[in-house]
Amino acid sequence: MSVANGSASPVLELDDVHLSFAGVKAVNGVSLHVDPGELFAIIGPNGAGKTSLFNVMSGVYRPQQGAVRFLGESVLGAKPSKIAARGVARTFQNIALFEHLTVIDNLMLGRHQHIGYGPASAILWRGRARRLEVEHRRHCEEIVDFLELGSWRHLPVGLLPYGVQKRVELGRALAMEPKLLLLDEPVAGMNLEETEDMARFVLDIRDELDVPIIMVEHDMGLVMDLADRVLVVDFGTPVTTGTPAEVQTHPEVVRAYLGEEAT
Amino acid sequence: MSTTLPPKTEDGSSPVAPATPTDRRAKRTRLWGRPAFFQSYEQQLALFDTWSKRVGVAVVVVVGFALTQVFSDDILRSLALAFVLAIAALGLNMVTGLAGQVSLGHAFFIGIGAYTAAAISGDPEARTIGYGIEEMWIWLPAAGLVAAVFGVIVAPIATRLRGLYLAIVTLGLVFLGEHVFREWSSLTGGAGVGRSAAEPVLFGFDFSDAGSDSMFTRDQQMYVLMLVLLLVFALAARNIGRSKVGRSFAAVRDRDMAAEMMGIDLPRTKTLAFALSSFYAGCAGGLLYTITGYFDPGSFNLLLSVQIIAMVLIGGAGTVSGTIAGALFVAMLPTIVRNLVAPNLTFISTLPSETPNVFQVEQILYGLLIVVFLLFEPRGLFGIWVRFRTYWKSWPFSY
Ligand SMILES: Nc1ncnc2c1ncn2[C@@H]1O[C@H](COP(=O)(O)OP(=O)(O)OP(=O)(O)O)[C@@H](O)[C@H]1O
Ligand SMILES: [Mg+2]
Repeated sequence: MSVANGSASPVLELDDVHLSFAGVKAVNGVSLHVDPGELFAIIGPNGAGKTSLFNVMSGVYRPQQGAVRFLGESVLGAKPSKIAARGVARTFQNIALFEHLTVIDNLMLGRHQHIGYGPASAILWRGRARRLEVEHRRHCEEIVDFLELGSWRHLPVGLLPYGVQKRVELGRALAMEPKLLLLDEPVAGMNLEETEDMARFVLDIRDELDVPIIMVEHDMGLVMDLADRVLVVDFGTPVTTGTPAEVQTHPEVVRAYLGEEAT
Repeated sequence: MSTTLPPKTEDGSSPVAPATPTDRRAKRTRLWGRPAFFQSYEQQLALFDTWSKRVGVAVVVVVGFALTQVFSDDILRSLALAFVLAIAALGLNMVTGLAGQVSLGHAFFIGIGAYTAAAISGDPEARTIGYGIEEMWIWLPAAGLVAAVFGVIVAPIATRLRGLYLAIVTLGLVFLGEHVFREWSSLTGGAGVGRSAAEPVLFGFDFSDAGSDSMFTRDQQMYVLMLVLLLVFALAARNIGRSKVGRSFAAVRDRDMAAEMMGIDLPRTKTLAFALSSFYAGCAGGLLYTITGYFDPGSFNLLLSVQIIAMVLIGGAGTVSGTIAGALFVAMLPTIVRNLVAPNLTFISTLPSETPNVFQVEQILYGLLIVVFLLFEPRGLFGIWVRFRTYWKSWPFSY
């Protein structure tokens, strides 16, 4: 994959990344770049290594070979918390919310690294701590409004319906004010209405908040409608990258992936 | 601005209005006839966010002080001990209830605090180590800090182990501590002998010494001192719990991988949890034996750790009020059995040599309660309270 030919430098670059688990090649020589403001999709059959790619990007797994650069700097081997602090936020395929905490607390945790007070002022709860809590709480309320979570605010997220939990997780990632957003199957298991809502939110995030997004998704309709470019992987190996239209007609994709999906 | 009223949530508390909190007037004026309706985030973030909570806490505090005039010195002494144990339990609640790191090592940290306090405040002439600094505002924080240092030293274990493995390693701490305390007789007085505890002196006033001119007994004074200290520690614990720090603890407990993705550094957060928890344990240790005046190195055993765990479990892991309730309940159990149960059930003997005796009844009750709570009310006393509250709020409707 060549570096972007345009003027702007890519937000994220992966260069010939290899990752294997005891013989299983989860990622096998994937290169990609995501440009500012782009909605980049990754598709592929089950077990193709899509989630593994996300785990490489967010620092959960360290690839055996290859380079990962975020905003021009290598993040290879950096701790997940450090990569998050640099501005990479993600959601999980199997929702990973803090289930005993309320929606607001989950969002406030998204803002954790932006809330600048320490344990000492937390104990006193005067001045700085209180002021910052209110200030960041206000920010979270904006996200609550944006994602229409108002009526769930003070409920523990573990009690919420699945589709709402997915939205809360998106909200928590947004609360981080990310420079890159990784969405792992944001509409999996959702009904049509929920899917449409989610699609609207994703587009709003890219267009209004101008946050570049990488989205893993099995819903081909959604991918073809939303994505600017698509990477197809199969058994960890990149098949092709291109616009949805290009990808759809790629013979190998038609055979290996779309063929079986389209029934 | 916005005048729409959000619906009441399930537990009855009103969600915050999306009103503009910057609007000064909105902050002051409350919706007429709806005093519990929040108008600003400040109001909602307030410690006792509803009128009823504020009154409730005030009543509890007033009654707490008034009890000095009601109960005998014996019972006041048990209560004072219970208050100190509640401070220790608040510490364990931070690391186990909030941060989800199971620790059986609390007795060890309590011991560290007890000996630090006793050594600083001890008589330099006595046979055990003592520096003669009797002022509590020196030895109490010192006891907490030294214990916290040990907590920080132990914390790296917690970043590598979880669950049962962590529990077993922290259990090892208790045995290690017991051994060192027993052998280091110049500090501890040695097994079976012990040493005198720290002196509860604050700005020259000795709480453990009711002179002939004093209008209060020694036990009344100690009771009030411990009650005030418990309130201070509880307030601090509550503040930690609702702050960024407490949230990060809960995040680590619920889903540590996601917590990392929020930029939360796991080793640092667990270390902080252990440090705070041991600080509480250390302070409690320093205070615990000022009531009886004397302590033995055998006091810091597994039973003490288990007792504190029972307080957190029975009270309702994660909450401050629940933990205090659990601590009082567990700590007062022997007193309750001895004063209420035994006199009415005459076949239960008060002599340890006969069977069945009150001590056996205590131990059985104790084990039974832990099992019953774990099985039927994992949210502990706090859970029972929430259910009771919900019931009365919605009465006579069942939903
Ligand atoms: N921690 C792990 N240990 C061992 N093998 C793993 C691990 N994580 C992933 N794998 C393997 O790597 C391969 C790719 O898995 P991955 O979860 O990335 O697939 P995916 O494309 O996200 O699939 P799906 O569409 O089902 O989510 C699979 O064969 C999987 O079994
Ligand atoms: Mg996956």
